[in-house]
Amino acid sequence: MSEEEDPVLFGLYVPPHPHPLLAPDQNKGWGELRAAYDECRRRIEESEADIIIVYSTTWPSIVGHQFQVQPEPEWVHVDDDFHFLGSMPYKFKMDVEFGEGYRDAAEARGLHARTVAYHGFPIDTGSVVALSLLNPDNRIPACIVSSNMYGNRSETIVLGKAARDALKAQGKKAVIVAVSSLSNRMFTKHVEPEDDRIHSAKDEEWNRKILEFFADGRLEDLSQLSRDIHGQIRVQKVVAYKPAWWMAATMGQHNNYDGEVLAYAALHGSGGAVIQLTPSKGSFGDKEFDEDDVEYYRGDRNVLDSGAGDMDAPGGVDGPLDEAERSEEGWRNPIEVVDDLYDEYGSAMISQAGGALGAAAGAAIAGPVGGMAGNIVAKKTVGKWMNKDGAIVAENAPGAVGAYPHARRMGNLLFISGVGPRSPVDNSIPGGPIEDEDGNPLEYDIKAQTEACIENIRIILEACEADLNDVIDVTTFLVDMKRDFKGYNEIYANHFEEIQATRTTLAIQALPTPIAVEMKVIAKAP
Amino acid sequence: MTKGEIVLGCLAPHPPHLVYAENPDANEPISEGGWEALRWGYARLARKLKTIDYDAMVILTPHWQTYIGTHFLGCDAFKSLSVDPIFPNLFRYHYDLKVDVELSEKMREVAEESGIITKMMRNPDFRVDYGTITSCHLLNPDWDKPVVTISSNRNRHYYSVEVMNEQAIALGKACRKAIEESGKKVVLIASHSLSHRHFTTEAPLPEDMSREHIYNHSQYVWDMKVIDLMRQGKMQEFIDLMPEFTEQTIAETEGGGLTWMMGAMGMPDFPAEIYGYQSVIGTGNVVACWDPNDETRELVL
Repeated sequence: MSEEEDPVLFGLYVPPHPHPLLAPDQNKGWGELRAAYDECRRRIEESEADIIIVYSTTWPSIVGHQFQVQPEPEWVHVDDDFHFLGSMPYKFKMDVEFGEGYRDAAEARGLHARTVAYHGFPIDTGSVVALSLLNPDNRIPACIVSSNMYGNRSETIVLGKAARDALKAQGKKAVIVAVSSLSNRMFTKHVEPEDDRIHSAKDEEWNRKILEFFADGRLEDLSQLSRDIHGQIRVQKVVAYKPAWWMAATMGQHNNYDGEVLAYAALHGSGGAVIQLTPSKGSFGDKEFDEDDVEYYRGDRNVLDSGAGDMDAPGGVDGPLDEAERSEEGWRNPIEVVDDLYDEYGSAMISQAGGALGAAAGAAIAGPVGGMAGNIVAKKTVGKWMNKDGAIVAENAPGAVGAYPHARRMGNLLFISGVGPRSPVDNSIPGGPIEDEDGNPLEYDIKAQTEACIENIRIILEACEADLNDVIDVTTFLVDMKRDFKGYNEIYANHFEEIQATRTTLAIQALPTPIAVEMKVIAKAP
Repeated sequence: MTKGEIVLGCLAPHPPHLVYAENPDANEPISEGGWEALRWGYARLARKLKTIDYDAMVILTPHWQTYIGTHFLGCDAFKSLSVDPIFPNLFRYHYDLKVDVELSEKMREVAEESGIITKMMRNPDFRVDYGTITSCHLLNPDWDKPVVTISSNRNRHYYSVEVMNEQAIALGKACRKAIEESGKKVVLIASHSLSHRHFTTEAPLPEDMSREHIYNHSQYVWDMKVIDLMRQGKMQEFIDLMPEFTEQTIAETEGGGLTWMMGAMGMPDFPAEIYGYQSVIGTGNVVACWDPNDETRELVL
């Protein structure tokens, strides 16, 4: 094989569900998928392939990637969910030399990899279905590689490149097979075969879009879109949508393929498709890719809890604290620290807060468990609290009209941004706007606007775990002092007479939205 | 007919390492030991089980994952080889177990009546998951009691941990009702660890205890927090905390085992018996049980 010759003859994308194998007659779509599988089997038989490489998303591994090298694995497989469809007896023929070469190539690119050769090893449903249908007589030896549960883009792309390395090293030509659904949301109840359909219109639309990319041969574009695809049509597990990463990397990372969608149908709600991609001189052409390429995997990146691995965070997991990190209070019982976090921030914050808060919480706790505090709060990126001493966004208040938070805490004080009467529900203005879209004056009710304004302040204070009784100082802006002061003053008194906050009321020319009043307050922090 | 009852609830983690370390005849690989804190704890709990009169073990395991409802084993017996897909080098166990199909069908029936989506698993070729095999072996190595395995419905992947919690509690209540109506004495088993961050690499000698430690300190802190709640008999509080715990420790509790068991046992407010805590390839594991009998309940650790 010449240096330039592509070691991959063509690639297939096939579904893992057992229905096309065990029940093709029970549903028209399942039968079409089976017919497409059969057509691919014929094409493989007619090809010059030396090996079939299967990457199955239903074989999850944790300790690196695993390669099946049992020479003739044999078993009777039964699917965990679809056991009622029947058993799947199999006997496959593995290319042991290639499996070991693939492992070596993966290790050479920095991956943790190992072969498995044990009688009775549970080969997964996807691999069993694919090999049973594509290579029933074992005319061509196969290699099956696992999909690492925690693996993300760089790891999976390197795994694909390692497959090319191994093929080139051994001078073999391959048909590669990615076993995966498109959308993978199944029905959570039993459905009759004739009632099967794609779970939702949204999943259907995304599947159609992905099929369009496949048909155009835009595999690298799909690889680049993998995270979006995962977010849109994959149920949210810890695993990412990986097959396009592996498939694209194994097939050379470009968009020059002849794509053919042989079948597409629902499999208990998920999207099943049989697709062939064959390298060609041109189709969609080279693209400018958004994400960096990767040649070597540089180790565990703590993909699941970024805070835990932050060596720079106070109290991080890098070892004993240095003096600067030590709390004056000394060591604290970790159980108490978790309790304190709940007391201080509340459970909503713990589950919602962003990565920035992780470091802040770690710093705030400043003890041996600071790293833990960072870890607790580093999970998601949007939350109510952004910082203890810092910005606070109130989920139930009307949105800001600029780049500022609803409130900011500094020490024992809460500074609330100027807030008007806009409804947090639909942005309407209680009491009516002061002018129409063309700037023509309208009648409005200053009392209703003032009431709504104070209610919005109350909502923001609530998000800060404070209330109106904590208000220390009020500044009010009126666009028409002469017309509105009396009504505003009456409503104000209803709420603040007993609180006795200091107050300043100013007349101004205009506010950014068609409202008559805006108020800002300073309050005591809880 | 006498009213049936739950005589014990066990939190029984299933790292195959523990079976591997013990070198039972049924397991093919041979080890030099390891993870003694957990194994000795398990041995003591197994001794307690020998003193208890019961008819069957009912186990909910995260390694029989179903997405279409909750499934129940529905064949009289299973005999085969269980090979762990993640650690095949450690666990290739020849099992031969009996199933209490009558109890299994009863639980399925009551669960179905409660509005839970269910299915009986009647395929004789089905391979029982290694979570069931590991936990049951460690609790009852003689295999002299019938077993019922309940699958872990992974609705969490579709909905949320909170919804999973509610469904697991409902399933637990249904199982309790079925057990009471069956007239049988049953041991419940929630088969899972606590924190579940795995190392993604393995030491050349898996039982090299100099390489074993909890994945990171935050996982340890969470484990200690929830074990403390177990000790204090605050299981309702733990179950309320479960969504956060599951999120933060990537825990197998998402499979619903402990929540199901606590739902079945009515959220015990008495202290759990703690038999041992140790990490296995970075995950946090506790062997514990809840004994509803005031006279036999012990303060173990």
